[in-house]
Amino acid sequence: MSQLALPPAASTATPAVAARPIARIRLPGIAPLMLLASAAVMMGLIGLPLVVVFQEALAKGLPPFLAALKEPDAIAAVKLTLLVAAIAVPLNAVFGVSAAWAISKFEFRGKSVLLTLIDLPFSISPVVSGLVWVLLFGAQGLFGTFLVDHDIKIVFAVPGLVLATILVTFPFVARELIPLMQAQGADEEAAALTLGAGGFTTFRRVTLPNIQWALLYGVLLCNARAMGEFGAVSVVSGHIRGLTNTLPLHVEVLYNDYDSVGAFAAASLLAGLGIITLVLKTVLEWRHAGELALGHRS
Amino acid sequence: MSLQARDKEFLALLGPSGSGKTTLLRVLAGLEKPDAGEVRFGGEDFLSLPVRRRRVGMVFQHYALFRHMTVEQNIAFGLTVRSRREKPSRADIRARVADLLSLVQLEGLDKRFPAQLSGGQRQRVALARALAIEPRMLLLDEPFGALDAQVRRELRRWLRELHDRAGVTTVFVTHDQEEALDLADRVAILKDGELIQLGAPNEVYEHPATPFVFDFLGQACRLPGVIEAGRLRIADWESAAPKDAPGGPVEVFFRPDEVDFAPVDGAGLAAEVTGVAQRGPDVRIDCRIEGHAMELIGHGPTLPIGVAPGLSVRIKPFRPQVYAAR
Repeated sequence: MSQLALPPAASTATPAVAARPIARIRLPGIAPLMLLASAAVMMGLIGLPLVVVFQEALAKGLPPFLAALKEPDAIAAVKLTLLVAAIAVPLNAVFGVSAAWAISKFEFRGKSVLLTLIDLPFSISPVVSGLVWVLLFGAQGLFGTFLVDHDIKIVFAVPGLVLATILVTFPFVARELIPLMQAQGADEEAAALTLGAGGFTTFRRVTLPNIQWALLYGVLLCNARAMGEFGAVSVVSGHIRGLTNTLPLHVEVLYNDYDSVGAFAAASLLAGLGIITLVLKTVLEWRHAGELALGHRS
Repeated sequence: MSLQARDKEFLALLGPSGSGKTTLLRVLAGLEKPDAGEVRFGGEDFLSLPVRRRRVGMVFQHYALFRHMTVEQNIAFGLTVRSRREKPSRADIRARVADLLSLVQLEGLDKRFPAQLSGGQRQRVALARALAIEPRMLLLDEPFGALDAQVRRELRRWLRELHDRAGVTTVFVTHDQEEALDLADRVAILKDGELIQLGAPNEVYEHPATPFVFDFLGQACRLPGVIEAGRLRIADWESAAPKDAPGGPVEVFFRPDEVDFAPVDGAGLAAEVTGVAQRGPDVRIDCRIEGHAMELIGHGPTLPIGVAPGLSVRIKPFRPQVYAAR
């Protein structure tokens, strides 16, 4: 192919992306005080308890702390927590992506109903989210007799914990993705289709890369909540030590047993998870601010 | 409506927003399904073909470039997603991308991301991407809509040349009548989802089929008139009626610059001049004819004889279009 004469002005056009100057606002007199006050409140309400957790955990030195973590029930609780999260988080990621995809790229009846349903776990108490499973699958529940007859255990067993966790962490991924995908529109997907890509290829090569950071962010939040969930899980767990106690439940049990070091040692694991999540979240927000900002405006 | 594009033709779909032109384009691409009707391509039933099998190159209004891919990856996309059997080798793809980059004159920008390009550059990437699949038809949705006026004018000519060289049937959507008339082989004028007129740019400009088309293609002056016995009467002025004009009460349309001026004692429509403004190469003349305020345009640096605010002149539209009054 040979050259076509292109008018010079068009070819020398300058890149459209110009660094947007950040408006610097001088805070009026009282603002620094307010900043200080909020910092103080944060330290008192969030920083201090965090310190206390580690202080109590290490109150009797390192050996009892490590021993508390090596205890079989503690190890079982950690394993169970990881197992539940490992099932619930990927499921909710898949669900969140599908729901966000459907809501943002297509028009259909009942869209607002679906949106409301997704938000439902945010507005109901986690205890209720746990209780519904007991009402459905408990011995006195709707499917109770059927499950007993067929020797299937859901409530007071791992499936119940997973179900309760899924319900509670349901909105995290979808909520993160929907505003972003709505803003991105469906044009790129349409373009991929006209270029000969199939549905799955389009999803894998166009949609997914566009939402990857928001997805990771959503998964991160979802995971933090899944591992830290107490209320819903507490209702369906049955508190069987070493069997159906997740880490947060394990903390409660030990604390009720006046095993302060054990309780705070387990709690320090959860706190550690929280700190790691926070760091990852900050890194993501810092590096991919543009893509994530959309999600936070909603 | 029924519309046929000829082989290797450059067809413009022109209409105001909401006239259904973009929808029509998306139906052609297969991105939307019509409630009824059919789409054929060289006798082939296009509706039964899914989008990805139609091999239609589409350039979207906002280009829809893949934002996470480089220019090179964008252009190669249509080739790399092919099934293993049809996929060209890596070297072939690279060569094809290089060809296309030189065609759209973006050599050296292959590693940039869309966000690092100007509007005109993005548009050319979108075009190269669409051409990469050797499309049987090229669809352009408001190809110049997002560009500033100067870039727009320059790219227009270039696009026309590109079309002539690539020899692909091209359908493009625009709401800019000047663009459509300048660029297309034929112009289809749409309104409310209906085809109002189809023809060569000059044909539709000189003989607009309806008042809407007349109005849409340029500035329009309108006056009520009557046709009786082959004579067109507007107010106190009578002239021979245009050929094929309907009888009875009519609406007379003419372009504001297609008028002759005459002194007040001559023949023509009595016009009372209310204002005169020199506008670069043209003169804008505000006047009242039969109680209707009107804006006429005189070409050239000098005023027509006798034209000054407060004076009366006579004007004669020399190419009026006549439509039956509604």
